[in-house]
Amino acid sequence: MTELKRNEKLDVVNILKDLDKYEPRRRGWVWRERAENQHMGPFEYHEISKPLKQGVPLPPAKFMEDVDPQPMQTITTEIASGRFEDDIRRMRMGAWHGADHIMVIRHMGQSHIDGLMEGTPQGIGGVPITRKQIRAQRKALDMIEDEVGRPINYHSYVSGVAGPDVAVLFAEEGINGAHQDPQYNVLYRDVNMVRSFVDACESKKIMAWAEILQIDGAHNANATAREAWKVMPELIVQHAINSRFSEKVGLKPSNISLSTVPPTATPAPCMYMDLPYAVALRDICDRYKMRAQMNTKYIQSSAREATVTHVMNMFISKLTRADIQSTITPDEGRNVPWHIYNIEACDTAKQTLIGLDGIMDMIELKKDGPLRETARDLKERALLYMEEIVEVGGYFKAVQEGFFVDSAKYPERNGDGIARKIEGGVGVGFIFERDEDYMAPVTAHYGYNNVAQYGGNPEDPAALIGGCTFEDRSKIVYIDELDETDSVNARLEKVAKYRTGDCITPEVEWCGDRVVMLTMCLPINKRVAEAAAVELGAKLGLEDPEVISAEVMQDAEATRIELKGRVNFDIDLNSLVIPPEPHYLTDKELYAEFEGHSHMKVICGTVGEDEHSVGMREIINIKHGGIEKWGIECIYLGTSVPVEKMVDACIEENAEAILASTIISHDNVHYKNMKRLHELAVEKGIRDKIIICGGGTQVIPEEAVKTGVDMGFGRNSHGIDVATFLAEERQRRRGDK
Amino acid sequence: MRREDDFAVRRQHIANLTDEELYARFWELTDMVVDPLLELGKKNTTPSVERSVLLRMGVSSLDCMPIVNHCIDHGLMGKGAGHCVYKLSKIENITIREASIKLAKGEGWDVVSAAFKGGK
Repeated sequence: MTELKRNEKLDVVNILKDLDKYEPRRRGWVWRERAENQHMGPFEYHEISKPLKQGVPLPPAKFMEDVDPQPMQTITTEIASGRFEDDIRRMRMGAWHGADHIMVIRHMGQSHIDGLMEGTPQGIGGVPITRKQIRAQRKALDMIEDEVGRPINYHSYVSGVAGPDVAVLFAEEGINGAHQDPQYNVLYRDVNMVRSFVDACESKKIMAWAEILQIDGAHNANATAREAWKVMPELIVQHAINSRFSEKVGLKPSNISLSTVPPTATPAPCMYMDLPYAVALRDICDRYKMRAQMNTKYIQSSAREATVTHVMNMFISKLTRADIQSTITPDEGRNVPWHIYNIEACDTAKQTLIGLDGIMDMIELKKDGPLRETARDLKERALLYMEEIVEVGGYFKAVQEGFFVDSAKYPERNGDGIARKIEGGVGVGFIFERDEDYMAPVTAHYGYNNVAQYGGNPEDPAALIGGCTFEDRSKIVYIDELDETDSVNARLEKVAKYRTGDCITPEVEWCGDRVVMLTMCLPINKRVAEAAAVELGAKLGLEDPEVISAEVMQDAEATRIELKGRVNFDIDLNSLVIPPEPHYLTDKELYAEFEGHSHMKVICGTVGEDEHSVGMREIINIKHGGIEKWGIECIYLGTSVPVEKMVDACIEENAEAILASTIISHDNVHYKNMKRLHELAVEKGIRDKIIICGGGTQVIPEEAVKTGVDMGFGRNSHGIDVATFLAEERQRRRGDK
Repeated sequence: MRREDDFAVRRQHIANLTDEELYARFWELTDMVVDPLLELGKKNTTPSVERSVLLRMGVSSLDCMPIVNHCIDHGLMGKGAGHCVYKLSKIENITIREASIKLAKGEGWDVVSAAFKGGK
């Protein structure tokens, strides 16, 4: 298999090559392993997992020796744009940001398709799960996991009327995790309930053989219920039914994971309500794993709001237990998730979980009081719920009577639950009793199976046919494409110019989609702002401008708008002028200048009415690679220094340069201060003797120079940039260069 | 069904259970709910269960549905669709794959039916 190179794009065409011969390298789920060494960079951690070989650390890591600690929890990212070939590239981005559980959402309507889909058709709201697509993605993930140095779990859904078919496909193709919960089929997909459970027995048996980790679907009751905080007793019941059912079919408890959601969100006092529920659920379902999903029930179009909910939900994960941490993307409330939001969510998870590293060594949940009382209350309600299911005659009767997803808090009933008929739903009438001579000569088949009638061994029924596909992969029938016009090849052909590197255009989900997002504040009410934003987008030349988020700043004063639209041009990479990489002198050259040639003294400070000090200190401080390192003597005057004082100090100290930091940029005050510095130095007759530099996050070097100073330093400038400039400017002035 | 909150009355018989007893009772009840569902799976089959058997036997996914449909039409689901394929391969001394291709085309069902002495 070709090795990925960090600076080269992943080649989808290469992945599709020889796909018919690909074999998955392993079966089953892989958990993260605790790092033997909990020390990393300048820090001592308490519960981090083995580090990645390569990855993208969190932004502040550059001040902390570039450490990229990884939490113990598996981190999920859900990727399914409808084009699996573009999703593969997003999977690589996700893995670099810490995801090791890639969940692929299925194409809308696939749960009602009787049988497997094949080829590579484009999907809506997800990806059509076919052998070719999942094989290509698993193969790509093999390469990506080698690149980042951590196993990646690949996951999709075993549900709908073709559950067992899909389970076989997943077992054959080395899929590591899957949603499987017959209750989901019954309640939300209206698949006949008897059919759902008979199918589930087979699906789960197959998953057990393939050691696929199972995630349930109980959290959907939360998303569907009218008032989500009232369904907590039912959630416990649903989790228990699927988990126990799965265990009895043969899944080991460590491969059974609950999909649990904190039921509510702010402005409810959500921790007070959600924490007792989390405790009760983990008390009851202590044998099983916990996949902590985040609350999506109340998600709106604000990515900020969704992110805060995500963080608060993860706090519950840390206070209780989570083995897998989900990362619903913060843009889920407004579009099928975009690349950048998957990555944002992965970073949010990593940031929060690492930020809370070791927290439970310092605090604990109280053993009495409202937390335990409410948890006990929920457990009792769940027990009574289960008791009533038994009383009415079992699960099917309970569903028929509308027990589930009732909006009242059990045992109260509002009579609005989802009721399904035993003799109703998709697939009804297709349940067949097995005859005495029924037979299925395959591995991982559930239930009565009379292979002995042909002399077969009940312990190894597939031996009767010389092994099934689970023992002999050569028996798998690989189908490449059914419709070339709706295939990956046709799609790749259309975007060839972007893949060859001749052109570039923005992308949110698909190669060449040309979508950009603009954020703006329009000083008017929401309705007008939305219309004005669309008009603004059109005037900018965007195709199909559409407001995707509008938040009121004040009813009359302003609205925050996020607008998406498509640009109607490409950037030609062959004619693009790329500015040269920044130029630095070496340590040796800098020491030779400031220690060898002659000492240099500089006056530093933040000028004007500006209390920011971090940036200036970064530029000066030897510990942060500042200019002191090369022997430059810095006289630091502090913050809010009048420009006059800077110039006077320069004269008094007989310094050779002034370094003025200016962060506040309101009304261009940063450039005004630079201009004033230059003019004062001229007035005092020292301008030709000193070097003046201005720096700050909003400073553009070319603009700074226009004010009369010698150089400006913008965002991401470091000591090395300043030292290089000072050395070369000094050399130029004395005629050495 | 509409019902007022009767939790205070309904919980009387479990109010004095310890947490451990409550846990044990909860799972005992859960077993009572799931056990009949597990039995259903043992005794029955469905088109998707049979397709999954065929897939494992090395049958093309495109052939699975027609085979199961013919199997239903001939009243042979109680025998198992995989069983039908196995039966034809034995009778005609052909491979499983060859038998599956014939049955998917609707050929050979009379032979299989006869061998099973008719379906139900």
